Amino acid sequence: MKTKLTLLAFMAVTGAALAAPQTFDFKDPKGINNAGFKLDAPLEAINGSASGISGTVTFDLENPGATKGKIIVATTSLMLPNPMQKQHMLSDKWLDATKFPEITFESKEFKNVQTAGDTTTADVTGTFTLKGVSKEITVPVKLTYLKDKLGQRVPNQKGDLLVIRASFTIKRSDFNIMPGQFEDKVSDIIELTLSIAGASPK
Amino acid sequence: MKRTLRIIAGILIVGAIAFWAATGANRGWTKTRVPKKIMDEAAGLEGIQWQEKFVPGVDFLGAALLGAGVLTGLSFLSRAKSNNPPTETKQ
Repeated sequence: MKTKLTLLAFMAVTGAALAAPQTFDFKDPKGINNAGFKLDAPLEAINGSASGISGTVTFDLENPGATKGKIIVATTSLMLPNPMQKQHMLSDKWLDATKFPEITFESKEFKNVQTAGDTTTADVTGTFTLKGVSKEITVPVKLTYLKDKLGQRVPNQKGDLLVIRASFTIKRSDFNIMPGQFEDKVSDIIELTLSIAGASPK
Repeated sequence: MKRTLRIIAGILIVGAIAFWAATGANRGWTKTRVPKKIMDEAAGLEGIQWQEKFVPGVDFLGAALLGAGVLTGLSFLSRAKSNNPPTETKQ
């Protein structure tokens, strides 16, 4: 009887541990995680990316709808092919990177959650903060849970990976970035693409 | 001198166009770095790494055109060599 109880207790603890949500860290020393941005104005197209990504996401494969997290992009990590354009972009007139060093998205609610195997798609509502202005937006995301794949990314480390992919648009005028100005050269609509992987070491 | 300035202006224009065309005829602004795609096999992610590379754009062509224009303008200001021998004045 005692043995049976011990076994049951062990199974309960193990089961709870397996079903527990995992926290994934999105800081990527390899610099592969990136957020792309594209502004397609009538006179000029601007294409760039940011690699200074960090943040954590808590994900539970058994309950993906309960996923919570915050992704941070360092404003100074935004890169453009032309150094003068980058200087203008980070200046106080545009993104004011000195005063607002971070661009963030913090999730609040997952809706329309659909899971097939290791892949979950959902519409995530959260707070997007850019240049000190916070706005609630809904973003379609795709989460891919890769069990025991961390070792392939970071040698000699065991754990899981969570890949997040998202594409959405924002308006720079909504975030007080030179609203209504230079729209023939710098589009009001900014297309954003997020391709990041977080690690949960064991 | 006049001829030399015009030849330099011509070489500048032709050279700039040839260099611009040879490096991909970029119709945007000059780039000093270009994105290179890298693949993360484990996560199936495509990342971007920036590489230092000079790719001339339309501003480069404009600067070459301006330089050639200045040289051509200077050529008009410089004195032409006279082919006639100096004439002596009789008194």
